[in-house]
Amino acid sequence: GKNEYDLLVIGGGSGGLACAKEAAQFGRKVAVLDYVEPSPQGTKWGLGGTCVNVGCIPKKLMHQAALLGSALKDAQHYGWNITQPVHHTWSVMAQAVQNYVKSLNWGHRVQLQDKKVKYFNLKGSFSDPYTVCGLTKAGKETIVTAENIVIATGGRPKYPTHIAGALEHGITSDDLFWLKESPGKTPLVHCPFVLHLYEIIVYISLTDALPDVSLECAGFLTGIGLDTTVMMRSIPLRGFDQQMASLVTEHMESYGTKFLKRCFPTKVEKLESNRLQVTWKNTELGTEGTDSFDTVMWAVGRAPDIETLNLEAVGVKTNSETGKIIVDASEATSVPHIYAIGDITEGRPELTPTAIAAGKLLARRLFGQSSELMDYDNVPTTVFTPLEYGCVGLSEEAAVQCYGSDNIEVYHAYYKPLEFTVAERDATQCYIKMVCLRGSEQRILGLHFIGPNAGEVIQGFALGIKCGATYPQLMKTIGIHPTCAEEITKLHITKRSGLDATVTGC
Amino acid sequence: QEAAKYEKKVMVLDFVTPTPLGNSWGLGGTCVNVGCIPKKLMHQAALLGQALQDSRKFGWQFAEGVKHDWMTMTESVQNYIGSLNWGYRVALREKKVTYENAYGEFVGPHTIKATNKRGVEKLYTAERFLIATGERPRYLGIPGDKEYCISSDDLFSLPYCPGKTLVVGASYVALECAGFLAGLGLDVTVMVRSILLRGFDQDMANKIGEYMEEHGIRFIREFVPIKVEQIEEGTPGRLKVTAKSTKGNEIIEGEYNTVLVAIGRDACTRKIGLDKVGVKINEKTGKIPVNDEEQTNVPYIYAIGDILQDKLELTPVAIQAGRLLVKRLYAGGTSKCDYVNVPTTVFTPLEYGACGYSEEAAVEKFGEENIEVYHSHFWPLEWTVPSRDNNKCYAKIICNIRDNERVIGFHVLGPSAGEVTQGFAAAIKCGLTKEQLDSTIGIHPVCAEV
Repeated sequence: GKNEYDLLVIGGGSGGLACAKEAAQFGRKVAVLDYVEPSPQGTKWGLGGTCVNVGCIPKKLMHQAALLGSALKDAQHYGWNITQPVHHTWSVMAQAVQNYVKSLNWGHRVQLQDKKVKYFNLKGSFSDPYTVCGLTKAGKETIVTAENIVIATGGRPKYPTHIAGALEHGITSDDLFWLKESPGKTPLVHCPFVLHLYEIIVYISLTDALPDVSLECAGFLTGIGLDTTVMMRSIPLRGFDQQMASLVTEHMESYGTKFLKRCFPTKVEKLESNRLQVTWKNTELGTEGTDSFDTVMWAVGRAPDIETLNLEAVGVKTNSETGKIIVDASEATSVPHIYAIGDITEGRPELTPTAIAAGKLLARRLFGQSSELMDYDNVPTTVFTPLEYGCVGLSEEAAVQCYGSDNIEVYHAYYKPLEFTVAERDATQCYIKMVCLRGSEQRILGLHFIGPNAGEVIQGFALGIKCGATYPQLMKTIGIHPTCAEEITKLHITKRSGLDATVTGC
Repeated sequence: QEAAKYEKKVMVLDFVTPTPLGNSWGLGGTCVNVGCIPKKLMHQAALLGQALQDSRKFGWQFAEGVKHDWMTMTESVQNYIGSLNWGYRVALREKKVTYENAYGEFVGPHTIKATNKRGVEKLYTAERFLIATGERPRYLGIPGDKEYCISSDDLFSLPYCPGKTLVVGASYVALECAGFLAGLGLDVTVMVRSILLRGFDQDMANKIGEYMEEHGIRFIREFVPIKVEQIEEGTPGRLKVTAKSTKGNEIIEGEYNTVLVAIGRDACTRKIGLDKVGVKINEKTGKIPVNDEEQTNVPYIYAIGDILQDKLELTPVAIQAGRLLVKRLYAGGTSKCDYVNVPTTVFTPLEYGACGYSEEAAVEKFGEENIEVYHSHFWPLEWTVPSRDNNKCYAKIICNIRDNERVIGFHVLGPSAGEVTQGFAAAIKCGLTKEQLDSTIGIHPVCAEV
């Protein structure tokens, strides 16, 4: 046709790259535009999107660093003689993580090249439904036309700009993973074993967020020895099962993270010492509080990256409240030939695997004679807090709302991972819950697991749920011993019975 | 315990015949005392050793040259086992199950003789009997084996560090033990008669062996020991092992502090008077054949666990079989133990989880043209930063093309393989197909999403 490309993808993240590469497999002429607007603090990164650069990947690696800190403690109980002092150096970790991320950026560039996908490091905006204008940092223009356009620009962390000093003095997850130096200063005091360096960070999350990112970051920062506080206005992990959410935060509290609940900040000021003074209001007590920290990090939600796209010029409709692009079941926007996938789309989970799957399926429908639509039901997910939480399906609240509490049965158990025994670790929050429909079939509606390796545990069960797994089928599955996951196949105490749900014995 | 729930008068006889070296243990059986539990804990100790090394790459700093103390670990493990032994005693008491620490053997119909440690005999009668005596390690039958070699029955409570160890055998017990001993810093050699992990998917077994070799464990293949002599006494002492090739006349010698024999296990069915009540056993293996309701050829005598013929030697299988049996006997239950698609995990340094058919078994049963094998290497994210073992982890699923590409075999080699495999086993129980697998979203970033 008259357009240069069969497919133009705006946004080189999880969804965008998957879509582009899949389309290229069908022999199509594909181009990708990727551009990273520096954060207010000046942080930027390479090709790969949020997941690779400032999301899942660095987050899991830093979470791993924190887990290894716990492993060092456990190791002593298992006979390893580690001489004190043990401490953590941020810059060693950060550099290793950043180097790995950079290798991924490189890997993506190479992959695009191999698959003959044209890559432009340009900031795109629409001129008309088939034309996108790409700008370099210096303002040089390149016009790209395409038969089909996919918007996959994702989101960026929000700033609570109504709070004085928020923008100037605070950082977000965009910056945290790229800090060269520790978010705190040099140590003042040290205690035996993991040095509790009094490098202090305040971590703030507000109402409307899905602050699992915030809890995950607070978790690993605590784990590597930094004095960390989480301030939140209302409930953590909004949208998740609330019983599980409170177990997760309970664990973090016992792990050492400080919580300022029912508080919201009113201003952030820089002190002479270069530290930051935060003032806040406690909504429960009606009091004001203030304290000083080395770093303030905002985790108040993410905003879709649509501002500079010029969507109005082509009429792509967005949700007036969230700003996200409205799409139908085939990821089509209100404009023919323009699609959207990933974090930018309304009503979709903000997860890498769903973006990737949606991108691939879209490419197959556009160019591969497939008609398969993306199934957004029963998407499993994991929150990588110090004690991990994996889940798939409905929360208990959602199930009750959907079916009524008389029609659901909740099986649950408090268990203790074998590895915690010798390590003398507290397993109070290690908990499993399965929500089923009552009745003859007892189909499983939701599964929730808190414990080590939660992601690994939940993945396979998510498959089972996809196959319509029922409680009897699960009970017929023999457990693997000794694992934590086997406890799921042994669930038999219901909440309704009121019996003690603590697992005893082998 | 299940039977007691239904107000039946229940008695348990448990007795541990000491090992050749005099080792014994409390209530709970193999799993608790000399199997799954201590094995996994020592495997964990080895994994933590690896974690220590990784942690430096993640920014943790501490003095070089970290050493492992065998006694600290063993004491902790034994203390935990002790608490389990105690827990079982308490549980039986609470459920009003009579427990006797005595050796049981049939002396006539419905009658059993129980002999305790001191030789005092008592007779008991019961309406029904359940034999669950399990197995014990087999010895080589060569000079010096019982005097100088240890088995898994001794290893987990060994009151001294085993030092330079020769593991004889290629069973999962042999490989798991060799694996964690090496992980704790010991010099380990494995002597294998023929193949690794007989009965398991051989492609996976070889990958496990390869990984262990790359991580410092020496393998001597196609040799069997013919004698073990003591060079020096001690804890540990020094032993000389002479071995002969299975392929010719070559003889080799080696010196070790400890020789661990792990060539298989024999059912404890020969000396419990089964002939007195007419229970048939397989003369060659000692195992007891049962029907699908765990009943022996004598109607009032049942058997479960490791002693069963043609069944899997796994704790969860034994537990499940036991519970369902009792439900059928006393609570009107009809469910039989499902022995198909039982998942297992081998806790070698690179863990291996499996459920369903091995590739060989699938080819044999369905024909190569009717199966499709999907596979992938993967690199756990946590191993990237410490630059560990790129491309060693591996996953494969075997599908039956003729049956809607139903997943009939699942195999994964990687960290937390047990945790990964458990859920897949449940899915396979639900009749998982390749299409359903493909349409399930992965959790990112975890190994299981591969």
